[in-house]
Amino acid sequence: MEWTDQAAADEARKGNQLAFRVLVQRHSRSVFRLAFRMTGNEQDAEDMVQETFLRAFKQLHRFDGRAAFGTWLYRITANCSLDLIRARRVRGESQPGLDTAHSPDPSPERVTRSKQLADMLDHALEQLSEAERTAFLLRHYEGCNIEEIAKVLGVKNGAAKHSVFRAVQKLRGALEPAWGGAK
Amino acid sequence: MNHLGDEELTQAYYGDDQPESRRHLLECGQCKAALQHLKALLDDLAAEPVPERGAGYGAEVWNRLLPRLPLEKPRRPWLRWWTAVPLLAGLLAVAFVAGRFTQPRFTPAATAGIAPQSRQRILVITLSDHLDRSEMLLTELVNAAPESADFSGVRSSARDLLAENRVLRQASARTGDASHADVLDELERTLLDITHGPSQISGPELESLQMRIESEGLLFKVRIISSNLHHKGQQL
Repeated sequence: MEWTDQAAADEARKGNQLAFRVLVQRHSRSVFRLAFRMTGNEQDAEDMVQETFLRAFKQLHRFDGRAAFGTWLYRITANCSLDLIRARRVRGESQPGLDTAHSPDPSPERVTRSKQLADMLDHALEQLSEAERTAFLLRHYEGCNIEEIAKVLGVKNGAAKHSVFRAVQKLRGALEPAWGGAK
Repeated sequence: MNHLGDEELTQAYYGDDQPESRRHLLECGQCKAALQHLKALLDDLAAEPVPERGAGYGAEVWNRLLPRLPLEKPRRPWLRWWTAVPLLAGLLAVAFVAGRFTQPRFTPAATAGIAPQSRQRILVITLSDHLDRSEMLLTELVNAAPESADFSGVRSSARDLLAENRVLRQASARTGDASHADVLDELERTLLDITHGPSQISGPELESLQMRIESEGLLFKVRIISSNLHHKGQQL
């Protein structure tokens, strides 16, 4: 019989390694996706995946099952990634750009345009607050609903919805002028 | 109704809008055009790809994570001092039981005097202890650097474990515990190689041994069974 996330988390809390392995295997790819979106770098994203599961393992006793396990993991991933981004800022490093080498359409025009847009998007995302950035990435790329985003951010639904809106407004302000020309 | 504001258009794009906004969008060309414009921009941002991770990615993450997990040795309340006397008696009994199990002339009557639950408890404790010590040995080997190539101590420990392992493998096979017997069989082959190997081992030989242990996932299997047995031991 296959464990549900809740059952596996309960078992893992009791010290059953196999149960924790099930959770790691089930959620690794989605954690990687979010980490990549947040850090913009493949190696950093891999590090964040490790850090997320390490923190999750240590904090399993805090998982109360009110949110889905995946949502709880997203919260940890977002926090780990934000810690990394803050550390980069302290060290004066800039956020690496999104890797466009994996574009499914490698025509020169497409690559150039994607690169331009990715550069602008990176810059615009850096201007967002942490809550706005996280809310936007979860809503736009990960397809999380408002309730899940609220749980990841630890805020009410209205505040989560407003964070998404503010993020979109700021991104429009930053991207729209150049985007019109890039089209 | 008034035209939709930016917040309502954003909600409409993500499908979080209210029914009245939806109705308005059906009727108002101006708002529909504004939503199309927003959609074109946001859809373009969705095109940024994330590097693909295959189906085996979860297993890779787990293998990298496992050595970093702060795994506590499960506390074993049955190993406190006041339980030592019955435990020692139990260990003596297991030697007897295992001996009877592994004798060709084994008959059910040979173990008839021991209650099935006690027999199971004894096997669980002995196997768990054996796997703990095997795990320590394998961990030492996997983490050994080529320059620390004197393995006389490791060989001596492996020799002790080998004799025990053989008895426990046979006992597990006799009791129909095929999964434990299989892992003990794999462990036995590795212990055999270490026991019969040189006390001074070269860098490439060590590397080959480490790769074998890792590629077969032996250390992981030993950890899992050991962890499950600790859990089971606590329940019994």
